[in-house]
This record gives sequence, structure tokens and C-alpha cells, in this order.
Amino acid sequence: MSEQRATIHALHEQLVNKECTSRSLTEAYLQAMEKGKDINAYITVNREAALAAADAVDEKIARGEAIGTLEGIPMAVKDNICTEGLRTTCASKMLDNFIPQYNADVVEKLHAAGAVILGKTNMDEFAMGSTTETSYYGPTKNPVDETCVPGGSSGGSAAAVAAGQAVYALGSDTGGSIRQPAAFCGLVGLKPTYGRVSRYGLIAFASSLDQIGPLVNDVRDAGIVMNVLAGYDHRDSTSANVESEDFTRKIGTSIEGVKIGLPKEYLGEGVSPAIKARLEAVSEALRAKGAIVEECSLPTTNYAIPAYYLIAPAEASSNLARYDGVRYGLRVQADDMISMFKETRKEGFGDEVKRRIMLGTYALSAGYYDAYYLKALKVRHLIKDDFEKAFATYDCLLTPASVSTAPKIGATYDAVATYKQDICTVTSNLAGLPAISLPSGKDENGLPIGVQLIGKAFDEAFLLQVAAQIEEIGMA
Amino acid sequence: MRYEPVIGLEVHVELKTNTKIFCNCSTAFGGAPNTHVCPVCLGLPGTLPVLNKKVLEYAVKAGLATHCEIAKFSKFDRKNYFYPDLTKAYQISQFDLPIAERGYVEITVDGEDKKIGLTRIHMEEDAGKLVHQGATITTSNSSLADYNRAGVPLIEIVSEPDMRSAADARAYLEELRAIIVYTGVSDAKMEEGSLRCDVNISLRPVGEEKFGTRAEIKNLNSFRAVERAIEYEIERQTDLLEDGEKVKLETRTWDDAQGRTFSLRSKEEADEYRYFPEPDLPPIVLTDEWIQGVGDALPEMPRARRARLVADGVGAKEATIITSDLALADFYDEARAQLDDPKTIVNWLVGDVLAKLNASGKSLAESGFTAKKLTDLLKRIASGDISNKIAKDVFMEAFDENKDPVAVIKEKGLQQISDTSALEPMIQEIIDNNPKSVADYKAGKKKALGFFVGQVMKQTKGQANPGVVNKMIVELLDKQ
Amino acid sequence: MLTKEAVARVAQLSRLSFTDEELEAQFKQLESIIEMMDSLSEIDTTDVTPQNHVMDINNVFRDDEVQEGMGVEKVLANAPEASENMFQVPKIV
Repeated sequence: MSEQRATIHALHEQLVNKECTSRSLTEAYLQAMEKGKDINAYITVNREAALAAADAVDEKIARGEAIGTLEGIPMAVKDNICTEGLRTTCASKMLDNFIPQYNADVVEKLHAAGAVILGKTNMDEFAMGSTTETSYYGPTKNPVDETCVPGGSSGGSAAAVAAGQAVYALGSDTGGSIRQPAAFCGLVGLKPTYGRVSRYGLIAFASSLDQIGPLVNDVRDAGIVMNVLAGYDHRDSTSANVESEDFTRKIGTSIEGVKIGLPKEYLGEGVSPAIKARLEAVSEALRAKGAIVEECSLPTTNYAIPAYYLIAPAEASSNLARYDGVRYGLRVQADDMISMFKETRKEGFGDEVKRRIMLGTYALSAGYYDAYYLKALKVRHLIKDDFEKAFATYDCLLTPASVSTAPKIGATYDAVATYKQDICTVTSNLAGLPAISLPSGKDENGLPIGVQLIGKAFDEAFLLQVAAQIEEIGMA
Repeated sequence: MRYEPVIGLEVHVELKTNTKIFCNCSTAFGGAPNTHVCPVCLGLPGTLPVLNKKVLEYAVKAGLATHCEIAKFSKFDRKNYFYPDLTKAYQISQFDLPIAERGYVEITVDGEDKKIGLTRIHMEEDAGKLVHQGATITTSNSSLADYNRAGVPLIEIVSEPDMRSAADARAYLEELRAIIVYTGVSDAKMEEGSLRCDVNISLRPVGEEKFGTRAEIKNLNSFRAVERAIEYEIERQTDLLEDGEKVKLETRTWDDAQGRTFSLRSKEEADEYRYFPEPDLPPIVLTDEWIQGVGDALPEMPRARRARLVADGVGAKEATIITSDLALADFYDEARAQLDDPKTIVNWLVGDVLAKLNASGKSLAESGFTAKKLTDLLKRIASGDISNKIAKDVFMEAFDENKDPVAVIKEKGLQQISDTSALEPMIQEIIDNNPKSVADYKAGKKKALGFFVGQVMKQTKGQANPGVVNKMIVELLDKQ
Repeated sequence: MLTKEAVARVAQLSRLSFTDEELEAQFKQLESIIEMMDSLSEIDTTDVTPQNHVMDINNVFRDDEVQEGMGVEKVLANAPEASENMFQVPKIV
């Protein structure tokens, strides 16, 4: 790990020991951002406010006050999370000029924790995509190999952390948008249990699937960020009212006797041989640590992609209807209201967003609702049941985080082929379960491989415990 | 051929909560444009709804008051359509699992009792207000959106097509309004828009079971408009059918000035709303105990109250008038508790008080005229302190100037003298000074009695109680 | 079966405008995506209830207490066009 890839906990020690200041750190990261501009990780840089926040932390340290773990640490926020007074675009022309009038719950929590927000990161438009190529602001490059995509939709957040342009970043995950880019960029990415982190201020893509989570350099950092993000929020009716906990508390403890299922549906023909081989190696290493790893089956997995691509676009078609040129964002002038709506939406949305709005509207329209949307909700129930059955036997499940490593920028696939790539990640969103992706080994091209652990609801601390053991195995 | 109208009503009632249905903004009327607006009701990206508990309570209250079954499991859905008054481009409403279903409202029309079925009651949010700019030089061809009303809580009450005449519809609407007002969940004022009514109406040949094609009538701003629009539609649709034409499935609007309906749009052109379960709001699960608790807090409903008044000796017509207005009904009960004379109370309440209220355009509360004021006045009549005629004058002044009637009587010295100890020396003196009239009386001339009464009234400036005076004179003369 | 008329109707419902060529492209893409969706019919969902909400949460309410709005200036801060403290839109019809 280069100096620029320092972890939160390491930098926190340095700040506490006065080996560096928050300002010096912030300046270094701002410099790295400037230098590595062509990665295109950021849409908007928050330079002045970041430096002011850093100075405030330094003053606090100078006064001899104790600081929190995230305090003074420079970080990045995905550009679909509302920041008051700081442009929030969803990487869409539609919101190119949108400066939110309020802060998301997680942003309030970050401010309260003394975080230094460096800027807003690039993403697939409205989080619809898995390569960050659908952004209105152009694609982001993968810092590991700049000819490759960083994954998506939180590609900017992943690239920023991987390029040493942020110590950590927030992403959002609707069908894998944190975990898959984490895998492609060699990072740890956690999608928390649905309801664990407030969605208030997260610009909705698919409300029943969206969760905010961290993209970080190691497993401990994931726990540290979760300690700040998690918590009940009365402004989000789907927020879970559960006790707060220290998510790092189990890291480093033994996993002897832990039962890990290896669902065979996640290791089908679409998965690259290198990834399959790595999964085997990881399973073997976990067994060596005393865990019981055995094959299991979640039969409905094969229907997860069609179910996901009905539910998510259906919700999206409704969530994105508010972009009509009346109250905020782009307006294309026209003589009458309906023309204004249509011209604004034609101009403001990109192709993938339009495709999903069309698909979602179709799935909800008269005559198709039962066959598509309602059917998908029923299949969702079966997928959830599959997990419940598996968790009666296993403490968590081990799967690949993606079927392949990062593809080249500009590689074109048809929509169906692209959607099918999400098979490893969409299931945990459909079931509301926590899942973590972490780097483990590399393929023949030196691109990072990500493995995924899926846990029981609200069992993030346990996932971090197992993940830390996989981390210990190393990349070789 | 004779046709029978089939009528159903969709009524929207604005709930009287402090805050909007999904955010903490005030529902107060009359704020400057966009002053009762927050990120949630403005529909800013990323905002989320949280249900106001009072809205649920009020909806359940309305459901119980109309004999509905309250859903143990209920949920919200999104109704998707584009319109500039709708900030999220969907309205949060309830589709297949509304909070209340299968109720009824009892009405009486021309002495005949009827039950009008309620299909459902559901909760939803109101939209904002659009101000359409007139064709002035600077602002023609545009509208302005004010979102103060966006998110104000509504319940929609959908009736079964159980009404057969304009009179039925009016009776149902009046009864429903009274029920809503009694429960306290809304002011339900049609003229202020806190009660809105759409009418579905079709015709069918008498004896036919199948429904004809219906028209939906909107923009009905008064009970009278509902009645007139239905009468107009019956005529319009009858003419069409008699001419062998078809009634179109369409939405029509009522023009009150012209006294007719106009086609707005055909129903086939209507948008599909693509309802689906609102993912941002968890379902509502109610227990019997909780529902029971809301039910226990329900006041007596208008029909029961009417029956009670009738049992108390109030005429059916008067009882209907009094109970259709909660304030009048409460006034009656309060007066009744203070004075055991329902007939007199009703005569004054339905006569003088109501006339005054109508003439002044004030509500009872605004007028300041209380039940105690009325009964104080009525007690003075009963005790003989004042005559009925003087009481009317006292009432006028007490009402107009918001005074206590007892104070008015005192102030003006209107009290009758009924005190025999005060009257006796005066009467004795008159007798003593008029021996000739005494002789006339003794001789059987009844006219003489009138002379004595006249003298007493003259000396007391008319304030002596004539009955008392009469009786005393006779007694004293007999002793002579 | 997806028809071109259905795609045009969906575009209208979505308030998206497309040229004829774009609409044709949408039709082709949707057709192949929906073909994938049709695999769902293979799975028996008799007696399965739809999973509307993934977590078992219900009865989330707030109290009926007024909070100040955000102020008309903030309300209109992002308005593409405003007049008299309201959002201006072109004529409705």
C-alpha cells in the first residue's frame, strides 16, 4: 500500500500523534486529485470548504481536545448524496445545476464526525450502470489499469480511493454499485443491511433496494465508517430502529467453527476461471483457519436478474418522474407544459436512464403489471426465503463479487448481457441483506479479484470478522 | 321509456391536522405563496415521507363513524402522473388496501329511510395550487405553482352507486358532512374546498339491472350545485337516450353560472396511473384494541342525536335542522340541560336564533350568543319577569351587541313587577281613592276591574305583571 | 408480445420524446430485455405473497407538530423560472 493509500485508522494515529495535520493531509489529497485529474474520479471539488474543515480540526487538536476517528480525514461523497450548498448532479445533465437546499442524513453525520469532504464523485447517471460510462461527465478510469473501467455505479468513489485521491468514500448500492467497483479497483466495499443507514438525502434510484455504504482500503476502515453512518433516522420510514454497535469489535477474532456456505449458483458458467480458482483458494484458506466451508444451493438465484431488472426500473420510473423542469434542474423551454416536460426529459436524461424508465413504465402499465412487476415481487419473496433457509445452516455465504475482473473502457455489450453480469450482487439487495466485497488475488492481467460475503440482516460486524480473516490470507 | 338515474359520489375531505400528511409543514390556510414548504413536500430529490399519526387516527375515526370495516393491514401506493402541481410527479395514495371499506350512511328522503353504501375510505395527499395567469401583456400563457397545499392530508370517501335522485345525493352529502364534522376530523366546508365532491351518474331503463355508461361531474362547489348538476345531467342523458344516442364515458365540469355541464375529456384519454406499493412507507398494522380505542372516543352521530331530540319531543323537521349543524346541536343540548322546556328552546333556536345567524352571516361561535344566554332569557319569561314581546326585543339587543340578556333587562328596567309586597300598598291606595269604582265593581260591573288594572299599570309604567296585578286587585276588592 | 404501439404509449406515459428511429431502437432493446423477463413465468409463484418491503417494519409515524418551512427563498433557490414567489410554468394546455 503506497503512502497515499493510507487507511483511516493509520492516519488517525498520525493526527493524534501530531505526525501530520489535517490541513497537510487535505492539501496532499487535493494535490493528488489535481494531478490525477484524468482519472475523472470527481465531478465537483470542494476545495475551500475542505480546507476550512481541516483547519477547524487542527485547531481542535491544538487545543488539546480529543478527536473522533473520522475527524480531519479527507474523504469523498458519491454525487447522488445531497450536500447543502454543494452541487449534486447524479452525473446527469438533468441536475447539472442542482445545488441542494438540504443535507442528506449521512452528510449531517459526516459533518458531526468532523469529516473533510474533498468533493463529489463521478458515477453512472442516476446510478444506472456498472461501468461509470453512462455519466454525463464522461467515464472514470480504473487507477489499477487506466484502460479499464472502475466498475459502477460508484466508479468515481472507487477510483478516488484506489488512486489515493480520498482516504475513503461513500457510495450507494442498489444492485452491486458499491461492491462491484470495489472489486474492480481492489478495495473493500460494504453494502449494509437495508434500513441500517438512512436513505434521507440519497437521490433515489430504486427505493426498496438502495443503501449507502463505504468504499475503503481495508476491512477495519469499513467498520470505522459504519460506526458513523449507521443509526436510526426518523426522516426515513424504512430506517431500522436498532441499537448502535461497534462494527469493528469482532475484527481479529477467530472464525473457528464458523459455517460458510458456497452457493453453487454463483459459480456458474459465466464466472471467469481465475475468479473460480480464487474462490477455491479462499475456501481452502478459511478451512485452514477452522471454518467449515461447504457447497450449498439457493435455487431462485437464476431468476434474480429478471426480478431485479423489473423492480429497480419500475421504482426508478416513478422516482425519476419528478425531473420535469418545474422546481429544479434542467428546463428546456417550450410553449406548453407537456412539450416542456418531454423536451426537458429528452434533453436531460441519457440513453441508459431512458431505457430503464421505459422498461419500468412498461412493467407497471395496465395489462403487464401482474405478469411482470407483481411476478417479480413474488420471486423476490422466494429469493429472500432461499437466504433464510441457507442461514438456518450457514453463518454467512461466500461468493464472487463479480463474474469477471474490470473490462476495458468502451467495450460494448448489449443491455441483456450487461445486466446479466450483476448476478453476484443483486440478490442481497433484493433480500435486504448486508454484503461485503473485498480484494483477494489478481487475474492473469494483474487486475484485482473481489470476493463477497453475504450475511444475515444486521450481521455486519460478523461479516467484517470473516472478511478480516480473508484479508489476512493476502493477495497472493 | 322511463329511465332511472344511478348516482355515486366521490368525496374528498381535508383533514383538520396541524401538519401535512408526510412532513411537519403547517396546513394553515392563507399563508403567502410557498411559505409552508419544506424539502419533503417540495419533492426535492432524496427526500422521504413519514406518516402523520393524526392522519391515520382521523381516517379511522371517519371510517368508524360511517360503519366501515377498518383494515388490520393497510398500505400506501403511488399514483403516477405528471402535472406541475404534483411535486414528485406521483401522489401518495392508497390503492388496493385502503384504511376503511364497506361502510354505509343512513339517510331519510321524503320520509323514506335508505342506506347508502360506502365502498371505501382512503388516505392521500393534496396537490399544490396553480394560479393561471390571465391574458395580460406580461404574463399570458403561463401558470404559477404554490405548494403550500401540497401534502395537506385528505381522505377520499367513495360511495356505492346507491343514489337514485338529486335529493338522495344531497341528503347523502349533507349527512356525510354532518358525520365528518361531528367526528371533528374536518371542517368540511364546501365553499372553502375542505369538502369536495365529484358525481358519477348514469341512466338505465327502469327495471334494468345493468348500469348505463356514466359521466363524471367535477367542479361542484356547493350542495345546491351538486343537486342542480345531477338534475341537469339526468335531463341531458335522458335526451340523448331518447334520441337513440349514446352517453359518452367522460369527465364533465359544472358551470354554475350557465347552469350546465361541459365535457372536459374522454375517459379513454385518461392517463394510466401505474399504481404500485410505495416503497418509502412501511405498511400500517392495526390491532382491535387500538381501533376500539378510536371508536370509543367517537361522539354521538347526527342520526342518533336526531332520534334523541325527537324522543325529547322535538319535531322531526326541527330535529333535522338542529342536528345537521354540530354547533346548533351542542347549543340545544346545553340549553336543554339548563331548562326543561324543549319546545320553547327549539322555537327560539330554529326561529329567532337561526334567523339572526343567517341574517348576520355569523356562526354561533362568532356571534357569542350562548345557550346560557338563551335559557336565562327564557327563564325570565317563565317566571313572569318579562313578557314574550319584551323578550324578543331583549334577544335582538343581546345578539346584536353581544350582551348578556339579563344585563339588558336590568339596564333598561324592563323587569316586570311581580312582587306582591311592593304592589299591595299601591293597589290599596288606588282602591281607597276610588270608592265609586269600588261600588261599581261590587255592583257587578266587570269594567271596573279594568279601570283598577289600568291605574296600576299607569303608576308602574307598564312594568307590573298584569296577571299578578289582576289577581291581587280581585283579592283586595273582595276584602272591602 | 411487445408491440411498437405499446412502446409509443410507454414513451408518452414517461413523458419522453423520441424520433421514429430512436423509438425503433427502444423497441428492439425492450424486446430483448423483456424476452429475458419472460423466464420468470417458468417459476411457480402460486401462494407466494409479493415482497413489497424487504424488512419487517410497520407503523412508522410522526407526531402532528409543526416545524417551520425552509423559507420561500430556499424553496425557489433552484427554480428554473419563478414569479411572485411561485414557480412559473408554461400554459397547461
